[in-house]
Amino acid sequence: MTTLKLTPKYPREKQTIMMFNGDEAVAYAVKQCYVDVVAAYPITPQTIIVEKFSEFVANGEVHTEFIHVESEHSAMSACIGAAATGARAFTSTCSQGLALMVETLYIASGLRLPIVMAVTNRALSAPINIHGDHSDAYLMRDAGWVMLFVENVQEAYDTTIQAFKIAEHPEVQLPVSVHLDGFFLSHTMENLHVLPDEAIYEFLGGPRKPVKVKVDYYDEEVEYTLNPARPLSVGMLAFYDYYFEIKTQQVEAFKHAERVITEVNEEWYKLTGRKYGDGLVDPYAMSDAEIAIVVMGSSTGTIRNIVKKFRERGVKIGVLRIRSYRPFPRRRVAELLKDVKLVAVLDRAASPGTLGALYSDIISSLYTLKERPLVVNYIYGLGGRDLSPQLVHRLIEELREDLRRGFIPEERLQRYLGVRE
Amino acid sequence: MLIEIRWHGRGGQGVWTASNIVATAAAYGGKYAQSFPAFGPERSGAPVLSFTRISDEPIEVHSMVYNPDILVILDYTLLSPRIVEGLKPEGVIVTNYTGDVNSVLERLGIKRGDYRVLLVPASKLALEILRIRATNTAMIGGLLKLGYVVKFEDVKKAIMERFTGPVAEKNTVLVERAMSETIEV
Repeated sequence: MTTLKLTPKYPREKQTIMMFNGDEAVAYAVKQCYVDVVAAYPITPQTIIVEKFSEFVANGEVHTEFIHVESEHSAMSACIGAAATGARAFTSTCSQGLALMVETLYIASGLRLPIVMAVTNRALSAPINIHGDHSDAYLMRDAGWVMLFVENVQEAYDTTIQAFKIAEHPEVQLPVSVHLDGFFLSHTMENLHVLPDEAIYEFLGGPRKPVKVKVDYYDEEVEYTLNPARPLSVGMLAFYDYYFEIKTQQVEAFKHAERVITEVNEEWYKLTGRKYGDGLVDPYAMSDAEIAIVVMGSSTGTIRNIVKKFRERGVKIGVLRIRSYRPFPRRRVAELLKDVKLVAVLDRAASPGTLGALYSDIISSLYTLKERPLVVNYIYGLGGRDLSPQLVHRLIEELREDLRRGFIPEERLQRYLGVRE
Repeated sequence: MLIEIRWHGRGGQGVWTASNIVATAAAYGGKYAQSFPAFGPERSGAPVLSFTRISDEPIEVHSMVYNPDILVILDYTLLSPRIVEGLKPEGVIVTNYTGDVNSVLERLGIKRGDYRVLLVPASKLALEILRIRATNTAMIGGLLKLGYVVKFEDVKKAIMERFTGPVAEKNTVLVERAMSETIEV
């Protein structure tokens, strides 16, 4: 997070400090976003989001229609139906729930419905585990969702609000998922600066405004919404005649999303005094770094904290946090890593049979460079295994040793961080 | 200054709630604070941990607390040498206990003077005031005895927000009583 240089419209003293955990922060953000429909099914560690939000509904604090569904598959289906009528829709899930939802995730993105979903990243079974890792997030990697990973409770709040703005941007029109690490953020209480309701209403420009589309059977452009008074077909059959074009439009929309994420990050900065790097990546001490640690989510702060100590001792090391996992900001990544000698990419999930998913994205971002850094892959924190400060110390010492040696043997390309022998 | 607290208790005793109340009180006192649980299988009676960080600076670390400044033990059946692991040399142990001091030291496997040890008659007071064995708020009273962690007024405010009506009132009384009846050995 960068602190302010300009005077924001709502400086800190105009924001209210709340002691909220990540789940409560997300629920509160959704409350302020004038959401029309929430359809969700509870699953640990997401449960508090749904519980808290249903309290807002029960107390009459929101106009939202809360649909209690019987599964996550239905939760997303209900959001799809709602969003197709022009409603602003939200859901939240993780792990097995997200796995059950996968089929419908592709429908939400394929129909270009700007649904927002909070994912409290949690390991997948088996063995059964309720704790935080990124296995579930990697599961939805290619589902056509904009995926934003947050570092702390404040960012969970900020990003949930930003997500609606990004999703509903006329040139984006894609669903957005906000990823907060299960327990590490979902159940961690921190000081949260909350904006007044009217600030969020203004930021989002009021309720959702569906885009207009041209269809053959109407003379005028019509809203892309289901409306019995003005019939429209949504989710038509498209074979080899149109499917390809529709899919490439989705791919192109991600290019707009990349730009819009940075614009929204700037706009948020002017509003609140907070921004997260350029919105896509959040670098720390990267300008002269010889070693870089690339990471996503809640471990970033723990790593940055130890990196600061090594910096004090004159070790040229930096941290590159990936905030936008999809779209993956490969040009920014290449720019930031081009002069680094050694990069360690930390994946909080394994991709059995190949190297880590984030590692693969980093490697492909660097390939077009003339001179490429050494890049190693660490698998860490599976099933909620804690990344302790001691472990980060060991990691950095190991990287310094690799840098001295100047090469990475093939059998040492992927390593496990914090696993018992 | 950064203060790190590790809470030990059993599922259902309100370990996480106590940690949240202290973090909230710290925020009322103008500090940055963090509170989070370490859940095992969620069942009543199983040993559980919770952590609190209180700092003048924003807190960026999101790992468990390995070297706490303060240990708070809600349930004296958990007293063992293992519980002291990682406690800083100048650290403090605040435990629920009524009775012989030497037996506490023995169960912790420490000698008098190794650490500051505070005994809180939490079970006794909770039974007397709340009529249930919820020792979490009483243990906050013991923590308040240290003076430098959080202020009573801020704890009171956090309790009034967390609980309502007579439950909030009784818990406030309990905190105050526990604070005055905590002894350092």
